[in-house]
Amino acid sequence: MTALLDVKNLKTRFHTPEGTVYAVNGISFHVDEGETLAVVGESGCGKSVSMLSVLQLILVPPGEIAGGAALYRDKDLLKKSESEMEAIRGQEIAMIFQDPMTSLNPVLTIGRQISESLHFHMGMNQKAANARTVELLDMVGIPDPSHRLGDYPHQFSGGMRQRVMIAMALSCNPSLLIADEPTTALDVTIQAQIVELVTRIRQQVGMAVIWITHDLGVVAGIADRVIVMYAGFIVEEASVNSLYENPRHPYTSALLGALPRVDRRRDRRLKSIPGAPPSLLAEPHGCPFTTRCEFAIERCKTENPPLTSVEQNNHNIACWVDIKSGAPR
Amino acid sequence: MNGIQPLVKVENLIKHFPVMRGIVIQRKVGAVRAVDGISFTIERGETLGLVGESGCGKTTAGRTLLGLYPATAGVVTIDGRDVRSAKGKYLLAIRRTAQMIFQDPYASLNPRWTVHSIVSEPLRVHHLCKTETERVERVQELMGLVGLSARLINRFPHEFSGGQRQRIGVARALASDPKFIVCDEPISALDVSIQAQVVNLLEDLQDRFGLTYLFIAHDLSMVRHICDRVAVMYLGVMAEMADRNELYEHPLHPYSKALLSAVPVPDPKKDRARRRVILAGDVPSPINPPSGCRFHPRCPLADEQCSREVPQWRLAAPSHWVACHKV
Repeated sequence: MTALLDVKNLKTRFHTPEGTVYAVNGISFHVDEGETLAVVGESGCGKSVSMLSVLQLILVPPGEIAGGAALYRDKDLLKKSESEMEAIRGQEIAMIFQDPMTSLNPVLTIGRQISESLHFHMGMNQKAANARTVELLDMVGIPDPSHRLGDYPHQFSGGMRQRVMIAMALSCNPSLLIADEPTTALDVTIQAQIVELVTRIRQQVGMAVIWITHDLGVVAGIADRVIVMYAGFIVEEASVNSLYENPRHPYTSALLGALPRVDRRRDRRLKSIPGAPPSLLAEPHGCPFTTRCEFAIERCKTENPPLTSVEQNNHNIACWVDIKSGAPR
Repeated sequence: MNGIQPLVKVENLIKHFPVMRGIVIQRKVGAVRAVDGISFTIERGETLGLVGESGCGKTTAGRTLLGLYPATAGVVTIDGRDVRSAKGKYLLAIRRTAQMIFQDPYASLNPRWTVHSIVSEPLRVHHLCKTETERVERVQELMGLVGLSARLINRFPHEFSGGQRQRIGVARALASDPKFIVCDEPISALDVSIQAQVVNLLEDLQDRFGLTYLFIAHDLSMVRHICDRVAVMYLGVMAEMADRNELYEHPLHPYSKALLSAVPVPDPKKDRARRRVILAGDVPSPINPPSGCRFHPRCPLADEQCSREVPQWRLAAPSHWVACHKV
């Protein structure tokens, strides 16, 4: 079976007045049909930029996709023209963003905003588009949808706006939904509603989901597979169970150690990771985590470890050291 | 309590913000009832967690309790001093005892001031150092305490990362030798790997100086880790308050139960086995809060009594406070 989306050696840079920002440094990953892939990492690790690059949503210049390929159903998205991409975005691959207030147009009714893609991609007339919009709003759990078509975004709460965004993303039955921190701006009770909604809809319509987040708790509940990013590199890739039970990269292991647990009594001080992520302004040499890593060896400073398999079932890490034994691999 | 008074006492604290209408002739048409009668005490050396969703009034409660917002009604005493009636030197003394660490380390530091000016401001305001040399020494000492190199004393905030900026905020709060610090979401703007650094720092400082914290946060996992007792707020009122393990293991209020069940656990097998109470709808407006129990429109247990009568804030078990008719 071929992957739905297969990204190979993607590199994205931004040429800014301060210098070149090496945002994404040659990452490769894939998503299968109907699968949920979580992309985890801290601010500036390149998780959003890599997805925006795949959809050619990076502003060029200052941005530059410096290399790689993004095969969607075996066709390279990075080679497509703007008009070809317009037909793919929204119809084949839809995206929802972190802040539902700034991604909705405040002066258009939500009915009009949702039906726009129905006109554009599906060629529906007004009546059919309205009927489908009501159906979509009902599906995402907005009460009394037919009366809310004429409402404006400010008349909805944060959680409701995110539901509207999801309805909009689902309008053309995409095969892949990219969700960029969709619950970060929301409270936990609303987050639980949105997570439940996306999980239910994914099962109903069978689309694949890429869920970008920094929250390792949310990932545990929704993902099939996880990739962990750090400073523009993928440092670990594994199935969700394998990652949490047996993290093999020092960064992943340290991140999990830094998290307190709501379901457990306090049994220790939090394990903190010293220092801060590296500046992306220098071309990376060696492993980006070296300076903060308790396992670092001489080789880490000069040679960047490639993503290699360490276990069966596709558990891959980019590290020169086996953290279980502390010995070089 | 062996005759030792709690450091902070809050009784029936109320803070309403007026809602005005009209441009030239303004008249009050209502009030945002941000904090609507909350009571609690904080013992010396204790950390009390204050949790709740956005808009529940937890930040307003923290600020009102320090006198940063004038309270509408209620009594607040910090270290035996009445905050609401305080003026002049008396108020200055309270400000010296009680400090605050803010949520956003980008907005809470003056971008035109160096670290030295920021951290030494409380020293100048409270006349704590006689000479400039003494002040520089004290600032360097404070920077050492929060884990910043003293060499960086003349740098500006933009030259620091988020975590380092929050350390500057902590150093400023410590400058006047306070007994009590209100930490208003001190880590929510930081990345996970940096959060643990700041939390460990706050704990070390508490051990070293015997500090008392009010820790305002929405991250319930971190609150369980750092706090001794936890209070849950909903729409301006208290829902429940108990020791941390009691609250997390035996929550009584239906809102606490829903809130705790919504927190994801970083363990796939456990997380998927958890039973979530998914609350319907959103938090109502604090301008016109629901009658009776404020949680009743979203509560799975609510009946007619809940919509009519305000539940009493009472002890349901030893040191376990709750406001619910159904408990």
